This record gives sequence, C-alpha cells and structure tokens, in this order.
Amino acid sequence: MANYLYIAVLFLMGVDLPRGHDINETLRKVKEKYDKVDDYTATGKLKTNILFIKAPVATVKVYYKKPDRLRIKNEKGVSLIPKGTVNINPNNVLTLKDYESFDGGIEKVNGKDCRVIKIFPLDDKNDISRATLYIDETEMLVMRSVITSKENGTYELVLTYGSQKDWALPDKVNFTFNTKEFKLPKGISIDYDNGTAKDSKKEKDKKGKIEISYSSYVINKGVADSNFD
Amino acid sequence: MLWQLFKIELFKIFKRPRTFIAFGAIAVIVVLIQFALKVNGKDFVELFLDSQEDIFDVPYEKIMNGYFVCVAVLHTILIHVPLLVALIAGDMLSGEANAGTLRLLAGRPVSRTQIVLAKFFASSVYVLLLLIWMAMLALFLSMLIFGTNDLVVFKEDAIHVMNQDDVLWRFIAAFVFAALALTMIAAMAIMFSAFAENSIGPIVATVCIVVVFTIIEQLRVPVFKETIIPYSFTSHMLGWKGFFYVVTDADGNTIDGSVENPSALVRSALILLGYIVLFLFITIRYFKKKEILS
Repeated sequence: MANYLYIAVLFLMGVDLPRGHDINETLRKVKEKYDKVDDYTATGKLKTNILFIKAPVATVKVYYKKPDRLRIKNEKGVSLIPKGTVNINPNNVLTLKDYESFDGGIEKVNGKDCRVIKIFPLDDKNDISRATLYIDETEMLVMRSVITSKENGTYELVLTYGSQKDWALPDKVNFTFNTKEFKLPKGISIDYDNGTAKDSKKEKDKKGKIEISYSSYVINKGVADSNFD
Repeated sequence: MLWQLFKIELFKIFKRPRTFIAFGAIAVIVVLIQFALKVNGKDFVELFLDSQEDIFDVPYEKIMNGYFVCVAVLHTILIHVPLLVALIAGDMLSGEANAGTLRLLAGRPVSRTQIVLAKFFASSVYVLLLLIWMAMLALFLSMLIFGTNDLVVFKEDAIHVMNQDDVLWRFIAAFVFAALALTMIAAMAIMFSAFAENSIGPIVATVCIVVVFTIIEQLRVPVFKETIIPYSFTSHMLGWKGFFYVVTDADGNTIDGSVENPSALVRSALILLGYIVLFLFITIRYFKKKEILS
C-alpha cells in the first residue's frame, strides 16, 4: 500500500521515471563534436607490436580530411602500417547514413562509464558490417570502438584524450587488428640459425597492435590532397 | 723471412690473370642484380611480402634502398664466393707442384711451415680484397644508386626493421665475419692442395664439400639437424646474417645496436676459427713430411 502511495506522490510531483535512452541523440551530439574538425595534420610516435615484425619506434605524420580520408606516413623511415588504420577516425562510423542502432547499456572504459551503442549499417556496399562505440556521454567522446569490416576482420580502437579533447582528437590511440601468418620458404630466406627459441605462447597471438602517441596537431589549416595518394 | 715469403706469394697471386676473374665475376653479378632490382625491385619485395599485402600498406620504394640491395646481393653471392676463393687457394701448393717449382721452393732455406703460412696469409689477403671489392660495389654503389633508408631483413617467420643510423656497423661486422668464413674455405682449399699434384682436384673437392654441406644445411631434416648441422661449417658461414637480426623490448620495438643471441655468433666465429687451425695443422703436418718429387 505504501509503495502505491509513493508512486502516486511521484506522479503528482511530475518526477520522470527511467525510460529508454535516446542513443540517436547521443550519436548526433558526438558527431557534432567531431564535425568541428575539417582536417588536421598530426605528428606522433608509432609503436608496432606484431608477432612477426620487429620494428623501431617510428615518427609518423597523420593526415586527416573530412569526411573519412586518413593517411599515416612514416616520412623518414620504413613502417608497415596496417590498412585498417583508416578506422582510427571515428567519423568513419559517425558519417554512416543508413543504419540501425541499439543501446548496449553502460560499460567502463579506462575507468569511465561509457554508453555502448551497437551500429549495423544497412547498405550492403559499406565495408563496415558492424560497429560498437563506447561513448563517454559527459564529454561526448568515443573512448573505444570495435569495428568489423567485410575485408579485413575486426579492429579495436581505444582512444585516450588529453589536450585536444575539445576537438575530439586523442592524445593516444591503441589499435588492435587481425594479422595473417608470415612464413617464407626456407630456400628463400636461408636463415642463420642462432638458436633463438620460438615463443609458443606468442605463436598463438594472431592480433597485431599499434600505438600512436600524438605530440602535436595542426587543426583546420588545410591538408593537400597529395598527402592521401 | 715469413714476411718476404708472404710478399712473394702475394706477387704470385696477383700476377696470375685468373685472380682477376673473381673480381670481374663479382662486378658483373653485383651490377646485374642492381640493374634487376632497379627495374623490378617491387616484384622482388613482393616475393617476400605477398602474403601481407591485404593487411599492410607496404612502402616498396622505401624498402628497396641501398642497404636492402646490399643484403640481397650478399645473400645471393656469398654462397658462390667459396668457388672463387677455391680457384686461387686450391692452386697454392698443387699449382707449384704441377709447374715443378715446389721442389725449388722447398729447397730454399725456409721452413715448410713458413711456406704453408705464407701461402695461407697471401690467400687471406686475396679473400679480404675480394670482400672489400664486394663491399664497394654491393654496399657503396647500391647506396649511390638506390639511396638509403631503414633496412628491412626477411627471416623465415619474421621481418626485422632496423633504423638506418643503426645499419653501417652491422655491414662492417657482417663483412668481417664473411672474411673469417671465406678464410676458412681458403685454409681448406690449401689443405687439399697440399695433397694434390695438380690444381683441378683441390678446387673441385673444395667446391663439392661446400655444395654437399650447403644441401645438408638447407634440407634441415631432424636427422641432420641434430648430428651434422651444428658442426657443419656452412651453417656457421651464414653467421654474417646474424648481425641483421635485432632484439626487441617488451613492447616489440627494436633496440638500436642489439643483435639477437650474440653468443651464437661468437660460437660460430670460434668454430670457423677452429676449422682454420685444424686445416692449417693438417696441411703443415702433411707438407712437412711430404716427399716432393716435382
């Protein structure tokens, strides 16, 4: 009896009861934030952590132009850069027009409560078959995304924001992607056997990781198309 | 006296036209490889990275730089250079026997040990000059033609990328190691040469042994891997490549100046050195007792 009375009082006081979260509104607000950036050039350090690649830390330049052009270049040295890095820009998902979205509830990413939004593009021609965005709704920032593409499997992206968070640009990006086994015929490689044992645990790890730590951004100053060739 | 003998042996080596065949052959091979890689470099890199093209943007033009070309050249010709070394070293004693000058030489007031050592040191100088010539063409000419950048080295199951500032010392070390390996071949050819009366036998024997052990090395079947390969000189001759295998930190990034398992390189160098000492010992011991009839 007391419960009915309590609900009746709340109703009369006009207090909102919990109801379905408007994820489309969240996506619109996030896109609005990302839309402030038309283009940028960023300098950063790229660390590669792939089972079969031993590479030094590289200084890279990242070029971005709206809506979805992104290119990472090692201007001085040699880097094997995953093709999927084009997805380090969340605009790839946010600019989708025809899609269905679902609320996946709340999950913590880097200690922050994030709204989980699952997106399914309806256009068969789109390379993205499914995306999950983890959005910090207080800052309206994408903290993590998991994108499944038709061509290259699943990518996972974890973004850490700092000085450029007002532009929705991260200070650090951790990108995880699927790799393929690398194996050359013995007759081609003719290796010197130095007795180094293979790590059987690592052997099973087919995921590659790269980390980009940005040191500077030049935002909305124009980026030449030639940088994307 | 050894110094005098050494100078005479050097004079003899470089007076023979056949000595320069090796220098000519190396020049032709290196220039041909450089030409091929200049024209079809991308196809060559694709041979290694074909399986990764879907996943990565491969900077073919940057990979195809002077350092990469030099490793490709060394990879291709260091297997065949023992033939060129055997051509000279296999003739050192047997050539004299065949020409009838060995008796004359042994009759002079020098010990037979000094004769063998002088011939060995002269052959070593020839090996050294051959490698310097190879370095000039394969490394410095390639750097001029293809420019420089980070070095990418392909292993059977790994790709090693080295900073361009961390590469030159590796080449110097690799050439020094290759010199040690080829000096071992020279010692072996001289040993066979001591047993023969004409040069064909020692040259062919040296080349055959290198070919047989190279095939055993390449087969990599367990029965050979556990028995012959650990002691086969051809396995250790590949040690020059070890200077291009780098170590990574916990994050998977290469450490400048590092070499994967350097103790294996030391072991290989010691084994090659051991073979040199063994071959020289056998040569001296046999040659001292040899009845020289011609």
